[in-house]
Amino acid sequence: MKQGTARWRMNDKVIRSLLFVCAAISVVAVLLITVMIFVEAFPALKETGVWDFIAGTKWKPTDTPPQFGILPMIVGSVYVTGLALLFGLPIGMATSIFMAEIAPPKVAVVLRRAIEILAGIPSVVYGFFGLMMVVPIVQTLGGTGMSVLTASIILAVMILPTIVSVSEAALRAVPAEYKEGSLALGASHWQTIVRVQVPAAKSGILAATVLGIGRAVGETMAVILVAGNIPVIPESILKAVRTMTVNIVLEMGYVQPGSLHYSALFATGAVLFVFIMLLNFSIRALTKTRGEKQKNAKKH
Amino acid sequence: MENAVKISVKNLNLYYGDLQALKEVNIEISENSVTALIGPSGCGKSTFLKTLNRMNDLIPNTKITGEVLLDGNDIYAGDCDVIELRKNIGMVFQKPNPFPMSVFDNVAYGPRVHGERNKRALQETVERSLKAAALWDEVKDRLSKPALGLSGGQQQRLCIARVLAVQPEVVLMDEPTSSLDPISTGKIEDLMDELKKKYTIIIVTHNMQQAARISERTAFFLLGDLIEEGDTIDIFKTPRDKRTEDYITGRFG
Amino acid sequence: MQRSTRKKAVQGVAFSFLWIGAIITIVVLLVIVGYILYQGVPGLSWEFLTQSPKAGGKEGGILPMLVNTIFLVIASLAIAIPVGVLSAVFLAEYAKQGRIVRLIRSAAENLAGIPSIIFGLFGFIFFGKILGLGWSLLNGALTAAIVVLPTIMRTSEEALLAVPQSYREGSLSLGATRWQTVTRVVLPAASPGILAGLMLSMGRIVGETAALIFTLGSADRIAQSLMDSARPLSVHLYILAHEGISTPKAFSTATVLIILVLILNLTAAFLVSRANKNRKTKG
Repeated sequence: MKQGTARWRMNDKVIRSLLFVCAAISVVAVLLITVMIFVEAFPALKETGVWDFIAGTKWKPTDTPPQFGILPMIVGSVYVTGLALLFGLPIGMATSIFMAEIAPPKVAVVLRRAIEILAGIPSVVYGFFGLMMVVPIVQTLGGTGMSVLTASIILAVMILPTIVSVSEAALRAVPAEYKEGSLALGASHWQTIVRVQVPAAKSGILAATVLGIGRAVGETMAVILVAGNIPVIPESILKAVRTMTVNIVLEMGYVQPGSLHYSALFATGAVLFVFIMLLNFSIRALTKTRGEKQKNAKKH
Repeated sequence: MENAVKISVKNLNLYYGDLQALKEVNIEISENSVTALIGPSGCGKSTFLKTLNRMNDLIPNTKITGEVLLDGNDIYAGDCDVIELRKNIGMVFQKPNPFPMSVFDNVAYGPRVHGERNKRALQETVERSLKAAALWDEVKDRLSKPALGLSGGQQQRLCIARVLAVQPEVVLMDEPTSSLDPISTGKIEDLMDELKKKYTIIIVTHNMQQAARISERTAFFLLGDLIEEGDTIDIFKTPRDKRTEDYITGRFG
Repeated sequence: MQRSTRKKAVQGVAFSFLWIGAIITIVVLLVIVGYILYQGVPGLSWEFLTQSPKAGGKEGGILPMLVNTIFLVIASLAIAIPVGVLSAVFLAEYAKQGRIVRLIRSAAENLAGIPSIIFGLFGFIFFGKILGLGWSLLNGALTAAIVVLPTIMRTSEEALLAVPQSYREGSLSLGATRWQTVTRVVLPAASPGILAGLMLSMGRIVGETAALIFTLGSADRIAQSLMDSARPLSVHLYILAHEGISTPKAFSTATVLIILVLILNLTAAFLVSRANKNRKTKG
């Protein structure tokens, strides 16, 4: 009996270590990804200088001497993301409030399915759809149709599922007592939504927005097909634009491994990576404060 | 009875789906008094309370027949304005439910949603309501602090102040002291004595002694029926119905 | 009285905007899926699904890409399922809440937020160059496995945590070890939720493109081994569209992609709702 218990303890230890190794793989993966990207980015950043790389406005990798300035791509990413939020956030907020508060249950179920399907459509399909349907429409406004505007319309649709599902969950997590309290004071349902429920779900809604930003900034295949991809800061929303992600895919195909140009593409990836990590941390901070608040609320 | 009738309920039935939760309830509630609703859990007393400001509208699949007259007007008539109704009939919940805002914003919430923008007027209303709820002295230095930082008893008095700030005529209270300590409970009971001079109060309570202490009238509910209703003294001393007597003397429930 | 009439008018206007927002969401979905299917379905045929592409995709079918996609899904899940599910078992059943668990969770959350293209760069350099896998099915599968790892971990952990504590107590009280309890009671009870996560992960792999271009390569024939370069459907669609090779073939390829992803997502949704129902009747 005693021996059996000892063996059981042994096994349990072995299993535990094995499971731990599996779980540690995510940590190792994040570390490896970080190290790899920055190691490869180093030569270009060193040669160009971090500031000149980020703030340089000329991207001429094949000139002699080559020029590596990715400001146009940074600005490009900011433009398309900002505009995508401008389109996507109002619709996403409206849909999430609708689903959490006023939709008849059956309608809410249909919407949830629709959102799940939108989330599942591959990004290359979005890009292809944009190319075939949105580009010709934007063309009628002037230009080639491959533009900041087109890219942001497609991105707005792509971030919709993230915004809707995360904010809906945040709204549903607001205690029912708040709603009852407000209605019992004679506030209308809409006043209750605007003055009590949305403020109470604020941090979740903010997290949804930041997640949406992350998705838009990191999106590649959808943008590459509709944005025109010229590495110049666009003068209007009807002009072509190149984002950081596109810059990588477009030139990775023909670049000489080990060259400065190659390293500059990884450096573009590194800038993107830093940006995404900052977003990740802000989401963590947002959701953390929310969790703590709820804990405090429960204590009283 | 010297006071005028404020609320008059006639043949009220309420169904949750197939389940009948209230059966042919008839009762008159007079102005400027405290009416206590007592009875075992699930007897329909809280449900009845919620029919008076139509908070039961929030529960799906409820059906109501009969009349609830407030100052002679049926609140279930098609032309009744639910928002106006809830402004006139305030409600204090079992669990204190202040909003996640400052103390001031909690009390000012009602006046604001009803259109008050004037800052001075809001300040006056907040101070008056907090004083009326016997909370002013405890919170006057922390009006801008989060309401969730107050103690449970303070939160409940804040919720009462929040109701008073919209100047209702009737205040419904759903077991307002059941989650509070004895000292806070005492404060709120004293407060009710004060409030009944201006308001009509209807309170659901599990606590027999509380009902006896604070109310003029008492109504006893059982399984959706209003068994007996009358002056509190009579109900507790000489109940007419055997079931009322059993409940009051603690023989069931 | 007047006040509340105005309040209601404001509410009416506001609610119509909410309805409009929701309707836009549905309409957008219908337009996208409808347009692709409308243009793509006519080009679908038995030949399209069973022939190899000719003239770089201008003619012929998509058989190799379809098969490569299936290979990719199988290979990456073969890596990601054990790692992901066992990680979830560690987090939900074995680990004490503390610094290490927090570190693992935050790593998984960070992974989930990293864009595909970064995974692509990483796979290219680490698996491709350093480990010498080049552009190959194995490289693509390893990279895709990292892409879906956070999804599998999160959905599996949620499914495990939803298993009632009484199940564990029941098993442990009969003298079963913790591992026996996990494998014989907890994991089976959590399996619908875990399966739903796997379906979602399959959808993600099928649609993944940016992480695969530099890892899986774009050879348009059926991969003969794990070390072969293999173009999946998503990359095929990208090449057809980006290089303007054939619009009709692109539409038909997009249609196949959408149908695959729809099937996977709807199966996941079905599994989730069934898991919830079970929980309700049991709980």
